[in-house]
Amino acid sequence: MVKYQGVTGIHMTTLTDPPKETFRLSMLINDTRYRSLTFQAIAAIILALSFWYLLNNLFQNLAAAGLNISYSFFGESAGYDINQRLIEYDSQSSHGRAAVVGILNTLLVAFLACITATIFGVVAGVLRLSNNWLVSKLMAFYVEIFRNIPVLIWIIIIFTIMTAVLPAPRAFRGDEPAASMLFGSAAFTNRGVYIPGPWFSRPLFDVAVLNWLLVLAFLVGSFFGARALGRWATKVQEATGDRPVTWYFSLGIWLVPFLALMVIMGLSWEYPALKGFNFSGGIKIGGPLIALWFALSIYTGAFIAENVRAGIQAINKGQTEAAASLGLRPGRVMNLVVLPQALRVIIPPLISQYLNITKNSSLAIAVGYADITATLGGITLNQTGRAIECVLLLMLFYLTISLLISAFMNVYNSSIKLKER
Amino acid sequence: MPTDTSNVAFVRTETLPEKAPPASETGIVKWLRENLFAGWANSLLTLLAIWAIYIILSSILPWLFGGLWTTSSLSECREILQGRVGGCFSVLTERWNQLLYGFKYPNDQYWRPNLALVLLFFAAAPVLFFDLPRKLLIFTGLYPFLAFWLIWGGAIAVPIVALLGVVAGYVVFDRLGKQTFAGGFFGGIAAAILVWVLGMALIPETASENALLESVPSRDLGGFMLNLMLGVTCVSLSLPIGIALALGRQSNMPLIKWICVVFIEFIRGVPLITLLFVASVMLSYFFPPESTVDLFLRVVIMITVFSAAYIAEVIRGGLAALPKGQYEAADSLGLDYPQAMQLIILPQALKISIPGIVNVAVGLFKDTTLVSVISMFDLVGMIRGPILASTEWNGVYWELLGFAAALFFVVCYGISQYSQWLERRLATDHR
Repeated sequence: MVKYQGVTGIHMTTLTDPPKETFRLSMLINDTRYRSLTFQAIAAIILALSFWYLLNNLFQNLAAAGLNISYSFFGESAGYDINQRLIEYDSQSSHGRAAVVGILNTLLVAFLACITATIFGVVAGVLRLSNNWLVSKLMAFYVEIFRNIPVLIWIIIIFTIMTAVLPAPRAFRGDEPAASMLFGSAAFTNRGVYIPGPWFSRPLFDVAVLNWLLVLAFLVGSFFGARALGRWATKVQEATGDRPVTWYFSLGIWLVPFLALMVIMGLSWEYPALKGFNFSGGIKIGGPLIALWFALSIYTGAFIAENVRAGIQAINKGQTEAAASLGLRPGRVMNLVVLPQALRVIIPPLISQYLNITKNSSLAIAVGYADITATLGGITLNQTGRAIECVLLLMLFYLTISLLISAFMNVYNSSIKLKER
Repeated sequence: MPTDTSNVAFVRTETLPEKAPPASETGIVKWLRENLFAGWANSLLTLLAIWAIYIILSSILPWLFGGLWTTSSLSECREILQGRVGGCFSVLTERWNQLLYGFKYPNDQYWRPNLALVLLFFAAAPVLFFDLPRKLLIFTGLYPFLAFWLIWGGAIAVPIVALLGVVAGYVVFDRLGKQTFAGGFFGGIAAAILVWVLGMALIPETASENALLESVPSRDLGGFMLNLMLGVTCVSLSLPIGIALALGRQSNMPLIKWICVVFIEFIRGVPLITLLFVASVMLSYFFPPESTVDLFLRVVIMITVFSAAYIAEVIRGGLAALPKGQYEAADSLGLDYPQAMQLIILPQALKISIPGIVNVAVGLFKDTTLVSVISMFDLVGMIRGPILASTEWNGVYWELLGFAAALFFVVCYGISQYSQWLERRLATDHR
């Protein structure tokens, strides 16, 4: 009874006598309404102070060294050569052009490595789940070996194979050469790999790039044509229950325009041939590019294999059984039930592996492949001494790439998100 | 219904003993049929795999077992081999110390890093294995100072002052932290800094000259020791920073959240090598003009920053995986934010994040080889630099690279096996 009265008493006072909203300084710490503002103000002050401190140091140091921040060196002549390049470049070209060569080289090796790493990874991941004991153990071995050894060591190992094990071009000389070309058309030498290069004897445009863009446009057109065909087949299937057989038609859509274009433009192959001390003609793929490409592929392939395995294992066994009980054949179970669900699990980590490949391609500098890190962050930096400008631009480039890839990933993730009610 | 057996010729009254299964359905034959030769495609795969294994083993084994371990140069080794297949492993025995400690660490002081490594196992044991007595953690707390003194040598007063600062900070935090966490936290930092400043001022300039242990400058560190030191230091430093960043990213204070998001995304968006460039050519511009911060410390700063961002993302995943009910339960118990985090949220979130944290640690340890690019002589740097460039061993690629690969494999595979053991050990959901 006493307790009850007491409680009512407190209740009454709070009702009749609300506390005055007077602001005291201690409320900045003790009152949750103001505390977060206090903390943010402190954080802002600390941030501003540390920026001021760092920038102050920077300007003092720059003044002491007689330097300034300037990007004018981009217009100056670079004065160094780049062997592996996708666009015209010589030692008279500017540092800016060297950086562009580097960017293109980074994108080239990243693109190539993404494709091959995916192939290695998917094959190894699927085989690791195989019923075959030996094969699955072998794939587990591959994954563990490659995941647990630094990629830099792999790059150096493969680069050593490229430079120290492969024969010199002079080994291909003479009547009984020590080395011979693969199928008489590709030469693996310690200066790089030479493969036949395609060229057009009756080009439609004078600029070589435009011809290749035309080929690409044809392929894209075929892709959309084949897709439209598939949609039409689905529509027919939904209306009648029978899916028309379209594979030969689809094959025609892919091949006929492409082959016709090739005949019109007169596709021919230029084979590499030994001239003087070296091979010439065809396409030369430098040892550093191959080392980087292959090492990144097998290294990242091991990670992708684990992602693929996890993705397939994440699919409940009941899904496979349900699909089988509906009467689907094993191939269609895979295509219609397991893969669409597994891809949802596999693709996000796959894209971050692509991002890793792009970032790891910066290790090019260890084997002398002229990517953006080796040109802008390596030779240009050393020649001009513009450390801050070069490193900042280098970071900006990689940051742009990764933000683009993560933006793409976010779009993809929201598009495949389970539509739940 | 009674059965009349008198007019039946024979009725068996007991069951027959079981017959052995057919030979093709039992033992090794069945296993082989099911696991290696089920169908022609499977058999083909098996044959391919056997062929691959044969190729690998037939090229590696003779090289491995036919190798020489005692010659003094590559040419001598090739002379003895006379075209026979075999590795010149003598480069490993002859350059063993260089591979492990770099080429400048004083020869008579090798026992110091060795002792530090042995003590590391004792210091790490109570952290890695929860069953050990908790009192051992005191040694873990002392270890960083001890290891610093062992490896760098010099005045013993330096690590002692550093230790005293940490102790002072902890005492203040323990006292004040009972009332308000923030007060204890900032008070502790202030106390530690005070002790450090006072203590460093008290140490005489000449203290390192006739010290018990000879002073070794950072640039003399090298070899696999450098990889291990960078890996251990950066991972342990980046854990608390990573936790703070992850909590900051979850915070509902917009400014703090955005600082953390920008920091994490920036660091994760650039390759480690650019951060190492920052350490080697750029970072010194940001220190006060008269200060000389050595390359090792600059590299440690950048690698720590790098791994903290990755660990933060892993822990954020752990925090996000906790059901909302845990946060609400902590609130309803009347716990404030630091208490709720310490007692309810972080123990669970960290447990979920352990595999991810170990992955980051393994990745980081592998990435310590990148310091060879900014001309530090770690294991890879030693191999590519002084050893392969020497006249005796110019051309011994496979022995050296294979050794480096094997060393990293052992450590990284060991860590990942530990993480799997820990995951099983910590699994509290009984499935």
